[in-house]
Amino acid sequence: MQGFDIAVFVSVFLEMMGGILWVLLALAVMGIAGFVMVLLRERTLVSRRLLRCQAMGLLGGVGALVLMAWVTMSGFTDAGGPVDWLLIGIIFGTGLMGTTILTYAAWGLIDVMTGRSPASARAPHVA
Amino acid sequence: MDKDTTRAPMEAPADDDAALARRGLDRRTLLKLSAAGAALATGATAVVPSARAQNAVRTKARIVIAGAGAAGLSMASRLARRLEGATITLIDARRRHLYQPGFTLVAAGLKSQDYPISRTADYIASGVEWIEEGVAEFDPDANQVVTESGRAVPYDYLVVAAGIDLDYDSLDGMEVSRVGRDGLGSHYGGPEAAHATWESLSHFLATGGTGLFMRPATEMKCAGAPLKYTFLADDRLRDRGRREDSQIIYAAHSKSLFSVPIVAEKVRMLFEDRGFDTRYEHVMTGIDLGRKEATFATPDGPKQISYDFINVIPPMRAAAAVRDSALPWQEGPFAADGWVEADKHTLRHPRFPNVFAVGDVAGVPKGKTAASVKWQVPVAADHLVAQLDGKDSDAVYDGYTSCPLITQMGRAMLVEFDYRNNLTPSFPGVVAPLEELWISWVMKTIALKPTYIAMLRGEA
Repeated sequence: MQGFDIAVFVSVFLEMMGGILWVLLALAVMGIAGFVMVLLRERTLVSRRLLRCQAMGLLGGVGALVLMAWVTMSGFTDAGGPVDWLLIGIIFGTGLMGTTILTYAAWGLIDVMTGRSPASARAPHVA
Repeated sequence: MDKDTTRAPMEAPADDDAALARRGLDRRTLLKLSAAGAALATGATAVVPSARAQNAVRTKARIVIAGAGAAGLSMASRLARRLEGATITLIDARRRHLYQPGFTLVAAGLKSQDYPISRTADYIASGVEWIEEGVAEFDPDANQVVTESGRAVPYDYLVVAAGIDLDYDSLDGMEVSRVGRDGLGSHYGGPEAAHATWESLSHFLATGGTGLFMRPATEMKCAGAPLKYTFLADDRLRDRGRREDSQIIYAAHSKSLFSVPIVAEKVRMLFEDRGFDTRYEHVMTGIDLGRKEATFATPDGPKQISYDFINVIPPMRAAAAVRDSALPWQEGPFAADGWVEADKHTLRHPRFPNVFAVGDVAGVPKGKTAASVKWQVPVAADHLVAQLDGKDSDAVYDGYTSCPLITQMGRAMLVEFDYRNNLTPSFPGVVAPLEELWISWVMKTIALKPTYIAMLRGEA
């Protein structure tokens, strides 16, 4: 049995998506980095913001399914077996998580920069 | 190796090239870890060894590859990565590269005519010489090929990847130029013919009537494509509300619908479910385009079937230059149509050991698909490189091939099998091979072409 080769994986994805692959990867890296940065700065998950971002994440999940349906000229109504529902769940979940993390990071960074984050409230005033 | 659009030389296989997928625990792990269908689809490629990781073998060998279709280009890319100092020469006149698995999608109106078309030059590996001519003559005794302009090209090793001829001339009354009119379709004939077939089918969808589908009795590329197209036409008719006004007839060349018994039985059940009228042991011999009537040879003598739409799939043979050479089988089932004699596990010619045959032209059981190419080429390349390195290779091709057998819009069965007619699912326990699934359709529509292109570049 031959092993998995990351180079093959990248080659196929590059053929599939072209330059968009790098844009998506950059977005993912920036989103995660931003999320971690906000988390470290605020030292807490802001539940109100997280809830709102999760609500937007639901839209992201639906958007991912719509995009997949458009690209494949088909849709989740064509699901024919359990693995199809698993795939639909994975697509929805990826859209949901990605959107949630990205929006939380963006929102949090804006709050931090505008001084509206909890971290700003805790920060000592400099005379 | 001319530019005639009725030929589809060297490009491997129509439609089912498909699931360029493969089996293995690593893929299952990948499946669990990676996101969505894209990961599933590319998992197919996960078992191909990286050529980059292999040490290049130094050699002065002259290697000629006859044919720059899927098999020829893949072989050139792999050899270029694994050899240093070799002279690798591709010979093929065609500047267009055709992704033949896309023809069915074009003929079903799902993709544009341009979808399968790209440039051969885009896939030729660095350092590989390309002679833009067809091969007119193979002379394995003298270790040379002669191009159409009369140029002799000597070699130390020859890889025959000369593809397949669509033999429309053997069908009485057939005129390829009339595809797209009078209910005539023929989606194997190239992207233009596939698009014209869609035009004929579109007219049929509006009027209803009798749709006649079939396959030839010869070896053929992608034996699943005739079935897929029948399923798609049926689905399109239902979508347009014309199915009840229409009859779908499928003329099978033998007593079976597919060479793999377990798959044939599944397809038979699906045909029954869809209400197709299957006529077994019907081999098309001619057509009257004016009267819209096709003639078939049957055990009970010639029979005519009238149609409003027909998808003609002609007999297929090895390219003429191959047939006229000493390379084909001299006896047995592959002799008559000139398929190149080759060991089915190593792809090496038994009478000319410095010759290999890969892709459609290889006289091996099954596997005239791009998926076959994907698994044949690394094996043949490994044997060739090992010999240049003074070693032996234990690489074996087990006949693996695959077919994402579309059964309706949005669903397909990912059928994979080997020489022994065993099913060889890439994702056992996850993607059932004989189940109509959306995930298999997703792979077919978005993952297979990228995998195919990566294969041409020797990266998958």
